[in-house]
Amino acid sequence: MKVLVCISKAPDTTTKIAFTNGDTKFDENGVKYIVNPYDEWYALVKGLELVEANGGTVTTITVGNTEDEATIRKALAVGADDAIRINAVAEDAGQVAAEIAKVAKEGNYDIILVGKETIDYNGSQVGAMIAEHLDLPFVSLGESLKLNGNTATLEKEAIGGVETVEVDLPFVVSCAKGMAEQRIPNMRGIMAARTKPLKVVEPSVNSTQTTFVKYALPAPKSAVKLIDPNNMDELVQLLHNEAKVI
Amino acid sequence: MSILVYINSNGNKIAKNSFEAVTYAKKLGDVTAVTNGKADNAILADLGKYGASKVLVDRSFDGTDEQQITRMVATAAEKVGAETVVFSDDLVGKAVAPRLSVKMNAGLISSATGVPQGDGTVPVNVFSGKAFAFVKANTSKKIISLLPNSIPVEEVGGSASIEEFNGNAGDTRVRVKGINRPEGDIPLPEAELVVSAGRGLKGPENWGMIEDLAKALGAATACSRPVADADWRPHHEHVGQTGVAIRPNLYIAIGISGAIQHLAGVNGSKTIVVINTDKEAPFFKAADYGVVGDAFEVVPKLVEAVKKFKASN
Ligand SMILES: Cc1cc2nc3c(=O)[nH]c(=O)nc-3n(C[C@H](O)[C@H](O)[C@H](O)COP(=O)(O)OP(=O)(O)OC[C@H]3O[C@@H](n4cnc5c(N)ncnc54)[C@H](O)[C@@H]3O)c2cc1C
Repeated sequence: MKVLVCISKAPDTTTKIAFTNGDTKFDENGVKYIVNPYDEWYALVKGLELVEANGGTVTTITVGNTEDEATIRKALAVGADDAIRINAVAEDAGQVAAEIAKVAKEGNYDIILVGKETIDYNGSQVGAMIAEHLDLPFVSLGESLKLNGNTATLEKEAIGGVETVEVDLPFVVSCAKGMAEQRIPNMRGIMAARTKPLKVVEPSVNSTQTTFVKYALPAPKSAVKLIDPNNMDELVQLLHNEAKVI
Repeated sequence: MSILVYINSNGNKIAKNSFEAVTYAKKLGDVTAVTNGKADNAILADLGKYGASKVLVDRSFDGTDEQQITRMVATAAEKVGAETVVFSDDLVGKAVAPRLSVKMNAGLISSATGVPQGDGTVPVNVFSGKAFAFVKANTSKKIISLLPNSIPVEEVGGSASIEEFNGNAGDTRVRVKGINRPEGDIPLPEAELVVSAGRGLKGPENWGMIEDLAKALGAATACSRPVADADWRPHHEHVGQTGVAIRPNLYIAIGISGAIQHLAGVNGSKTIVVINTDKEAPFFKAADYGVVGDAFEVVPKLVEAVKKFKASN
């Protein structure tokens, strides 16, 4: 089977968020980029498990420039067979999805996996957009996936619980916690990743539907009001009269 | 301006975040709501209170298959000449809005927290709530998906007229086999009040007092990640970056350190109360009210105080 996993870079979780150029650009100074955790830990590892059980190949795909190759190699070190980089700077989800869908269409993949969201823009958009471009079913927030021949059974997050759904190949799924267990790349994987094929293709869609015009940081929080642990009546009164939440 | 708003009326119930979406849409223009399934007309007509003049309902299919809903909303948008389609950024909205964006070639602005500014940009949440961005759609048609609990619902109207229509929803290819939804509990993403506890509680046997507090307040319960990982609590209660992101009016964090990955899922809460033995716990920096103390002593007192307050109000 042919599995495609969408990989994006993301600033390390502990990154201090700041902006430059009159608050129009994310300040990348000193930012350490990692593979977006949902892409690496859940989507990629699930892809590897599927191929380990059923045979086939895992290809990663990324919209990004040469600087993104470090994160692509990390994904290869975890175990993907090869990688595709679409040579464009990712500007919005619409553009990323359109570029990926174009390449994915030619590749005839059986399953396309994405992480549930990136930890910078938190859009949760790319997977469903790819599915629409390719007219495929989409399962969002998958927490488990079992394959039986041509049919997959998935558990997915539903409002206040878990839903079980069944879908036939091919389809697109976004992966949340539970989908797989994180794998740490070992030395052999890291060495092998250096020589795995990384194909660069030129973008063909070249359009965005949205523009991030400027950024702002939230107003700083005022200091915490400490309450005597023996006076819970006071806390209740504050929540009622001051915060007006109960 | 004609605005279309998608409503999830599954289970003959409309969630508060749908009323928020209608309130939001009303600030942009004339509102038509669209939904599918079997909800009673009386329940749908209620959308009028928040500003919808009409509700289009496609009774030919039930459920939340996003491909069917996408086709239905696109048909409705065409029918009413909608310039903007509004969704609630809930689990269904998150799956449908991007599909519709491709189908309608309409720029999607997701995680919106407010109405468009003078320059047409919409404020949205980015970096897991650590910053805002102002985003503009470059397309003539737009889709906005509103984060739950971003704006208060406002009653502005009366009753909406109901019109049955054919949304050309087509077939579903995602077959639902079952839903495991604990009965009686308040679904976490919809809850306005949340009581949450972490590893400081030492073990699952100590959750009784957390449930007592939640019950006294009418709140949902949540937990930190290690608590769910250790199976002290069910996984759908895990909040934070890898779990559910919530924005309740009140978040009470008990025995939770306030690690950045936990905060990423709860820092949109309006009011945060932290109860922790360690006065240096990072959570106090994000809190509005703090109690430095042992949960095993403080929580039972808080339960009593809440019960006393409820009895006299
Ligand atoms: C990529 C990544 C993603 C993550 N995602 C999440 C996520 O989504 N959600 C999440 O929660 N975590 C997440 N984590 C884990 C996170 O970093 C923390 O490890 C976790 O939040 C800590 O949980 P805790 O506060 O319950 O436990 P601890 O860190 O053990 O803290 C327990 C707290 O309880 C206090 N305490 C102890 N005894 C008492 C008492 N008797 N009364 C009152 N207070 C007491 C202690 O002072 C301490 O502050 C993630 C980590 C990574 C690396």
